[in-house]
Amino acid sequence: MPYTARDWDSHPPLVSPDYKSTVARGPTRPLVPLPQGLSELTGPVFGHDSIGPLDHDLTRNGVRNGEPLGERIVVTGRVLDDRGRPIPSTLVEIWQCNSAGRYNHAADQHDAPLDPNFLGGGRCITDDAGQYRFYTIKPAAYPWGNHHNAWRPAHIHLSLFGNSMASRLVTQFYFPGDPLLPLDPIFNSVPAGARERLIADFSIDVTEPGFALGYVFDIVLRGPDATPMEA
Amino acid sequence: MPKGQTPSQTVGPFFAYGLTPRQYGYPFASIAGAEVAAPDADGEHVRIEGRVLDGAGEPVPDAMIEIWQADASGRYAHPADPRGSNASFRGFGRVGTGTDAQCRYWFTTVKPGAVDGAQAPHINVIVFMRGLLSHVYTRIYFEDEAEANARDPVLATVPAERRDTLLARRIALPGGTTYRFDIHMQGPMETVFFDV
Ligand SMILES: [Fe+2]
Repeated sequence: MPYTARDWDSHPPLVSPDYKSTVARGPTRPLVPLPQGLSELTGPVFGHDSIGPLDHDLTRNGVRNGEPLGERIVVTGRVLDDRGRPIPSTLVEIWQCNSAGRYNHAADQHDAPLDPNFLGGGRCITDDAGQYRFYTIKPAAYPWGNHHNAWRPAHIHLSLFGNSMASRLVTQFYFPGDPLLPLDPIFNSVPAGARERLIADFSIDVTEPGFALGYVFDIVLRGPDATPMEA
Repeated sequence: MPKGQTPSQTVGPFFAYGLTPRQYGYPFASIAGAEVAAPDADGEHVRIEGRVLDGAGEPVPDAMIEIWQADASGRYAHPADPRGSNASFRGFGRVGTGTDAQCRYWFTTVKPGAVDGAQAPHINVIVFMRGLLSHVYTRIYFEDEAEANARDPVLATVPAERRDTLLARRIALPGGTTYRFDIHMQGPMETVFFDV
């Protein structure tokens, strides 16, 4: 069964000049429509055997000699298709900078400290209700070279597959109330009316007493275009 | 009703320790790498390699390429393919362009068989990079499958003068067969990207 189309009113254009590196890297010719077949409606399947016991807990999976510094948070939400059906057993991968705004990546030259106890990468598989859950450290803003005095709002990167190549998604989510959001060309590349979907909600119910603040971020992927027939 | 599709955002420059950690030497397991088919998988074993080039013709050192393909008999390792696939065959690979001096990506795999009897052998490709806000899809076809390519219904929808951008070039080397497939993001040779 074919998947819903990519909704280009929800996704950024391939060239968005305020984000300067799109100018030489985004394709300029119209995409060629491709009727979906087996090649598009299949995709890799990742089981629980591809996940390590601490992969979902970034407060522990990079520990060498102590705890990572910063504000502990819980990030949870549901992965749904665009008809509202949960997507169980699907891989969610995340990566982020540390609480000082520094990525544990050889190419990150930002003059902020690395945290020897924080890697910043994690992954998990959604449960039967499509729910995922991570423990991590709240990331910080960091500067980048796009324009004078450019700073990225705090964000966590996500990668999802859903059940096919057609539902593949890589994105970033942000935190409520961040004053950098209206100034960020990457956030603002998303059409108005859709970009707010990238801001997580603070939740006192998800917050764990005495331990970590809670944030909820639901993710909607493309899914089968019609209601499946009753089995 | 849900809120609508979650918008895409760029993979950014610092994906490696999360998405391709083994390849880049970070202390974290990888869910996939360059090996798409194990050495004992059925079929013709080949290497696929190439570069990603920007609008100025410069190789991109921070792209990530994912491929998904059928096995040598044209079967996908996925429940939607009722025929199933053989055990040594994963069908999925993920490689960044940041660890090779020439900014190449590469995969070791088997040449796929024809899918569903109608389509020519092909490999499905997803391209991510800093400066790309939404991932793009393309396909690798094989230049030495001229007859199958001529009948392929997807290639038939591509303007004739752009079909070449989807053909991998066969290079026979002492160690085996390599197919070369460069991805041009822009310019006169801009690769055909699909709206899947
Ligand atoms: Fe980032």
